Amino acid sequence: MAEMDTSSGGGHKKGPGVKKSKKLSTRVDLTPMVDLGFLLITFFIFTTTMSQPTAMKLFLPKDTDKPEEQNKVKASGALTLLLGKNDQIYYYEGELAPDASNFKTTSFKEIRKVIMDKKRATDEKDFVVVIKPDNDANYKNTVDILDEMTINDIKRYAMVDISPVEYSLVQRTEQAGGVK
Amino acid sequence: MTAMCDVAFLLLSFFILTTKFKPPEALSVTTPKSVSTQTLNNKNSVLITLDKEGKAYFSVSDDNPSEKADIIDYVDQQKTLGLTDAEKNAFKRSGAYIGTPFNQVKSYLQLTSDQLKDFKAPGIPVTDTLNNEMQMWLRATADAFQGKKMNVFLKGDNLAKYPSLKGIIDALKKNDIMKFSMITDPEGVPVGTELYKKVEAKGRQATDQ
Repeated sequence: MAEMDTSSGGGHKKGPGVKKSKKLSTRVDLTPMVDLGFLLITFFIFTTTMSQPTAMKLFLPKDTDKPEEQNKVKASGALTLLLGKNDQIYYYEGELAPDASNFKTTSFKEIRKVIMDKKRATDEKDFVVVIKPDNDANYKNTVDILDEMTINDIKRYAMVDISPVEYSLVQRTEQAGGVK
Repeated sequence: MTAMCDVAFLLLSFFILTTKFKPPEALSVTTPKSVSTQTLNNKNSVLITLDKEGKAYFSVSDDNPSEKADIIDYVDQQKTLGLTDAEKNAFKRSGAYIGTPFNQVKSYLQLTSDQLKDFKAPGIPVTDTLNNEMQMWLRATADAFQGKKMNVFLKGDNLAKYPSLKGIIDALKKNDIMKFSMITDPEGVPVGTELYKKVEAKGRQATDQ
């Protein structure tokens, strides 16, 4: 491709005394340039960041001690999710039974089904999800579960501190299940 | 050969032009993923970073130098840190962040940029409810940004534990900052979920019109 026509065009014959100049090839080897080109392409492909970070909005409720300003939750419509160690989720519907019989264990894979089942079974205006991450839950779990609320289109959810009873129950379950 | 070469260089120029180099980050944080599609608005932004050990750091966007000055003045006065002008200027320089308790802020701001690279910040104490220092930083920030719309961003690492997050949320609440954004990486909406249906319906509506 990169070559020039160096042959003297036309039929101009040089005189007998003029020496014919040696024909030099002007062909340039392009292989190294192409190699370099591809190297640069690979470099830019790997360094480029196509996905921009996104922002997830969270609105906090105001803490209030006045009972009339607090939101009441109907026990029957509540689903409480407790986030524990090792990406485990514990949950119960309604109120926690004194013998902890309705206290169940699940994982992030199955939680969507649990939430959807509960959502279908309850009246929309009573349905509320209470999220209680414990001290061993990590930031990813918290964001994942908040994201799950968006995914499942849950209108009402709240992030609440875990109570000592629930925390000890989670820890006992973790110990029994051998979760470290 | 010529055609391939042309394509290769076209691609090359495309990548050169579209690439945006990440600014060197002092703190490496792997953010979780979410389905949120909202992009960041860097104007008037305040960034709280939570690293994988749960240590909290505080920084203000470089576009707001006057607010930065107000913040450091306010904290200096409230906590009688006795900062000199040079130390205050250290906070105002680009990319500066605070990651130490109040009693170490002065010595921290004296570090040169070379020393900073090796400096291991202990983080701002947030987990202690009685001594949540993030509260003071946020109060100073809320004060400095008065009358402006402030965007509070929280950039947390996957492995940070919940108590640190709670400490930050408490500090925000105490200062009546009821709205904040968490920085995440984008993720596709799982097929078959409620949100997926909603997005689909919206998409269909848009094409119908």
